[in-house]
Amino acid sequence: MAPAVHLSTAVCVTGRFPALAGVDLAVAQGEVVVLEGPNGAGKTSVLRVCAGLLPLTGGEGTVLGCDLRHDAPALRRRVGMLGHAAALYDDLTVVENVRFAVRAAGGSLSNVDAVLDRLELGGRVRRTPVGRLSAGQRRRVALAVLVARRPELWLLDEPHAGLDADARVVLGEIVAEVVAQGATVLLASHEPEESWPLADRVVSLVGGRVVEVRHVGATARRPVPPPDTLRAVSGSVHVA
Amino acid sequence: MSSTDPAVAPWSARATWIVRGLGIAAALALAGTIWLGLWVTPPDQVQHNLVRLVYIHPPIAWVALYLAFGVAAGSSVLWLWPRTRSRFWDRLAVSAVEVGIVFTALTLVTGSIWGRPTWGVWWAWDARLTSTALLLLLLLGYMAVRRVPADPDSRARRSAVVALVAAVDVPIVHFSVDWWHTLHQGATVLNANLSPTIHGSMAWTLLLGFVAFTLLFAWMLAIRYRVEVLSEQLQDSALEVALRERWAEGKGPLTDPGGALA
Amino acid sequence: MWRDSVLVAGKDLRIELRSRVVLHQVVPVAVLVLVLFAFALGPDRAPMAHAAPGLFWMAVLFASVLAVQRSFALEAPEGARDGLRLSGLDPAGVFLGKTAAVALEMVLLEVVLTAGIVVLYGSHIRSYGSIVVAGLAGTAGLAAAGTLYGALAAGLRVRETLLPFLFLPVAAPVLLAGTRAWQAALGIGVGSAGDPWVRLLLVFAAVYLALGVVIFGPLQEAS
Repeated sequence: MAPAVHLSTAVCVTGRFPALAGVDLAVAQGEVVVLEGPNGAGKTSVLRVCAGLLPLTGGEGTVLGCDLRHDAPALRRRVGMLGHAAALYDDLTVVENVRFAVRAAGGSLSNVDAVLDRLELGGRVRRTPVGRLSAGQRRRVALAVLVARRPELWLLDEPHAGLDADARVVLGEIVAEVVAQGATVLLASHEPEESWPLADRVVSLVGGRVVEVRHVGATARRPVPPPDTLRAVSGSVHVA
Repeated sequence: MSSTDPAVAPWSARATWIVRGLGIAAALALAGTIWLGLWVTPPDQVQHNLVRLVYIHPPIAWVALYLAFGVAAGSSVLWLWPRTRSRFWDRLAVSAVEVGIVFTALTLVTGSIWGRPTWGVWWAWDARLTSTALLLLLLLGYMAVRRVPADPDSRARRSAVVALVAAVDVPIVHFSVDWWHTLHQGATVLNANLSPTIHGSMAWTLLLGFVAFTLLFAWMLAIRYRVEVLSEQLQDSALEVALRERWAEGKGPLTDPGGALA
Repeated sequence: MWRDSVLVAGKDLRIELRSRVVLHQVVPVAVLVLVLFAFALGPDRAPMAHAAPGLFWMAVLFASVLAVQRSFALEAPEGARDGLRLSGLDPAGVFLGKTAAVALEMVLLEVVLTAGIVVLYGSHIRSYGSIVVAGLAGTAGLAAAGTLYGALAAGLRVRETLLPFLFLPVAAPVLLAGTRAWQAALGIGVGSAGDPWVRLLLVFAAVYLALGVVIFGPLQEAS
């Protein structure tokens, strides 16, 4: 099966700074991969590249069958990203924000209410303008937007940040459900791998490159990609 | 994409000779124009020696408007179109705009010099000067966008859009300003003074003037293009250094990355 | 594309309804400009009435810069500029939607300004038809060109100073044609019909709408 994400020697230069300095990454469909690394290692940049937001300066990349060099706009409806800053309109209410995002992605509005209820955004909160919500609630709204859109590839940047314990549990359940339905999840995190029971692999990034890839014993029924699609960059393998 | 080898010459030896040939031809043609314009051709009935500006002002204006702007706009289109996209067009566009700024400024200066004795003022809002002033502002806008720090692809995109928006605006500006003046009584008198009848040796000199400034434009364009290539090579080597520093982050003693292994 | 543009226009207008930034800030600035011109041109109404069409369009031009800046400022709270790109909306649709929202806001502004010049400068409207058509055509053109440049400047740190410098020279023909058309409609100055000028405004609007639809997509890819 074609990998959901395939980056080969991806180099990404923003301004004068090489955010990614040669990243090799292959994520199979239905996998859950965690990116970890120190601040500035390039985790967010990898996610943005996969979203088609950051153009590649060198190397190649294919996401969901779309070549990143030519077809990046075609990706947008199929990919959902939860970034550091929530891209929400402060003057619109919660439900208006979610509905707008769903319609923009061409989805159906039928499950919006269910999603909002699940994330405890129902009732009066629904009709509150997002600007008046607390930071934690805003994060939930951003998550609701993502869930309601049902993308094929989920890109989560520090998803636990800003979410309280209940919301994290719900997030874990949601990730399990969508992966069971065939979505692929790529997330960047500082949290230890115990927080991600569903993770198949953990990829460590330092200095804009992959330094290590670890299998972390995911459930056996999910297929593990064969070893030759994974390549640690030669010469700088970090020993735990 | 572009070579990271700093020793690569911007172009082949044959191209260097062509450019040199252009420069020499331009110098010769200019010299010829000046000689003919200043000494050989007769002064005009009405404008006396002032008419000699006709050998340089219209050619400069033509180069600024049609050549420089045309090349800039055309290159921008070719850059934006995915099938023909290449850094060559982006470099050509910025070179054309910069050289175009020089020529446009010269158009304004020569036009102003020409107008002063005739109209008694350093500036008058006649059709050509007004349109040219606006053209200069549009070109300066392009350079302003160019100066914003960004990666080469984004910068090229934004510049190309500015060039296109401006290119589409130029004919509209010309039209509207011309209409403005044909409706205004005073303008027709002013325009008549700046368009002397041209005959005989004057016509040949004018033609030579057009040729001379076209060659000059081509030569300056080539030189500016070369500067752009060299500047990119400089940035690429700076990037090499930055990449090496980035890689160095991955080697050597590491503190616990992200606390994941605590 | 059309569906997306309706979606975006609706969203922008709904935000404006809630936040009322254009109503409370841009419109007063435009009216203030009219009042300040009165200070500059002296207490006699005659020169003001004579200059009224030009002053009107100057105020509209400056207000459109503000309106376009607002249109893109609302997309970027906390530096989340990528919202529109990530949303999966058709870029041409985004362009048309934003242009439509800005144009509608500008039209409302122009109604206020027209009342302003009638009251403050003593202008008399001879031909309502051409005022309306010229106003709509000019506004559409300004909104289109403004949205295009607004997207270009959005997210750049220098955007507040860059946008006027880029946009105003491009908008100069609208100023010229709009003023002439209004002069004809208000019966001022050496008249000729305002019709050719109205046609110029329509051409400008058509050209920039078409250009925007084609080029907005490639432009958005600049990060």
